[in-house]
Amino acid sequence: MAETVLEIENLRTSFNIKGNYYAAVDGVSLTVHKNEVVAIVGESGCGKSALALSIIGLHNAKTTKLEGQVNLKEQNLLSLPVEKLNKIRGKDLGMIFQDPMTALNPLATIGRQIAEPMDYHMKLSSAAKKKRVLELLGQVGIKDANRIYKQYPHELSGGMRQRVVIAIALACNPVMLIADEPTTALDVTIQAQIMDLMKELQRITDSGIILITHDLGVVAEMANRVAVMYAGEFVEIADVNTLFSNPLHPYTRSLLSSIPSNMTDKEELHVIEGIVPSIQKLDRKGCRFAPRIPWISEDAHEDNPTLHEVEPGHFVRCTCYKEFHFPEDQVEDENYVTT
Amino acid sequence: MSLLNVKDLQVHFPIRGGFFRRVVDHVRAVDGVSFNLEPGETYGLVGESGCGKTTTGRAIIGLNKATGGEVLFNGDNLANMNGHDRRKHIRDIQMIFQDPYSSLNGRKNVLNIIAEPLRNFERLSPKEELTRVQNMIERVGLSPESIYKYPHQFSGGQRQRIGIARALMLNPKLIIADEPVSALDVSVQAQVLNFMQEIQKDFGLTYLFISHDLGVIKHICDRIGIMYKGRFVEEGTAEDVYNNPQHLYTKRLIAAIPEMDPAKRFEKMELRKEINNAYRKEYDSYFDKDGRMFDLKPLTPTHSVAVQKGGM
Repeated sequence: MAETVLEIENLRTSFNIKGNYYAAVDGVSLTVHKNEVVAIVGESGCGKSALALSIIGLHNAKTTKLEGQVNLKEQNLLSLPVEKLNKIRGKDLGMIFQDPMTALNPLATIGRQIAEPMDYHMKLSSAAKKKRVLELLGQVGIKDANRIYKQYPHELSGGMRQRVVIAIALACNPVMLIADEPTTALDVTIQAQIMDLMKELQRITDSGIILITHDLGVVAEMANRVAVMYAGEFVEIADVNTLFSNPLHPYTRSLLSSIPSNMTDKEELHVIEGIVPSIQKLDRKGCRFAPRIPWISEDAHEDNPTLHEVEPGHFVRCTCYKEFHFPEDQVEDENYVTT
Repeated sequence: MSLLNVKDLQVHFPIRGGFFRRVVDHVRAVDGVSFNLEPGETYGLVGESGCGKTTTGRAIIGLNKATGGEVLFNGDNLANMNGHDRRKHIRDIQMIFQDPYSSLNGRKNVLNIIAEPLRNFERLSPKEELTRVQNMIERVGLSPESIYKYPHQFSGGQRQRIGIARALMLNPKLIIADEPVSALDVSVQAQVLNFMQEIQKDFGLTYLFISHDLGVIKHICDRIGIMYKGRFVEEGTAEDVYNNPQHLYTKRLIAAIPEMDPAKRFEKMELRKEINNAYRKEYDSYFDKDGRMFDLKPLTPTHSVAVQKGGM
């Protein structure tokens, strides 16, 4: 196994709502290896962005309580003071934000914005800095680097801006990258370009990547490993081929069958009943997905659902997956139990 | 007879500048688009942002004024009618908007939102109005007491249902759905798409479905028109377009759909590279000397493609 870059241990992120703390990320453990893309998937409100922001420490410290450990280079990021954290963020830990329209400073040239993390973290001569910026622009597939260097964000298209955002994240050769919905705000063809670019970059850099997304298509294209998140917990972790060929957890299976492009004809799409519970109303005892699959008997669920390793590297929470079937087809269910 | 017949529709927006903000040029947002909708079908308009698909939809319902061309609805040309004549026809065309968060008035309760089209077109007593609204709200799967709630009290999927209920209130014949599911989560998206198909059968609706998501379009549409720079690139049945795309631009769009089989991801990447290279090389041959895309030429009775310089 490749070298471990980031290790999250039992991370719990709680927000203060009217005097009480409610956990949005509830005991998450994850290891990311060198040169590996781990995707975190789930509906909105399941805690995936809260997890990303906890790793990089962007939550408001006054209203957020962080417990557990986030280890990067043998340091627990959660216990570091801000000054020390600032030495790591932008250098060892890069972030790609969702919306390239708002992630860039409209008043600074592209060249200056890419050089900014280098000013902070590396001591480079201005000539060396410029050389590095142009090199980065080339890496992210911008052909006319010398011209773009002097331009402002408003002069670029959405796809170009996202390339610039990626170049900024890569500027100091991070060992770990967090990409929060990097293609969601983009057009289909641009999304395809950015996905291909990130795949290329992953070949040439060694960094581990955490990819936050709600789009299973993006996951299938980019991830090595996938963690499916629901109501603050991981419900299934598997490598990408396993997850798409043999999804086990009811939530994973429901998500996969609700994608239109996955179906051939005008069949009815699967609808997951109900909504993701809010963190205040969430029932933290028992299987959190149980209220959304009421046709599965209560006995199928565990009292204290834990992640079970069903085969090497494939983890599923709760035992309800063994008896899960979609309400409309009982037949598949029988086959399912025997396999 | 077709329900809707759009002939050579043009929508140009003036660019003003210079002295007295004179019109110096035009943006040709929609530049000669023709298609027709048969009753009961779902027609998909696809393209990247800025291709003119939304403007086309808005011009049909009259939210943008058509610069030229005809919009024949049941044989009557809506494009050159004045407001008064138009009003007789327009109640049969309704619109579902993209963002369920901004398309509902936050200061009105659900009753007032849904009853608004009724108040515009029909004279009903408050009691009749209430029963109509209550029937509709139950039809779209919301509880009857929710008519006194306000939009912020609902989730995204529920709001989109309120938007749909408002559109259905006058029993329209044609619904223009402008990216109705783009702002929604996958599971909620599935819910709204299923629901739209269900009410299509029940109410005998015809949809003009505008979207950039080729997965959704493939799922819901019978026929598809692909737009680029205000013109049609290719038009055909869903099978024609997805299984036998002719125009390189269409191929490029279809290749951009994320591959759902992780084993094939690098294959797909190579395919995209190939198509993009070919597209870049041949780009100029798709436009005439004025920079307009060529007209559509039929290949089969259902499938037509914009020609390329020097034949197909």
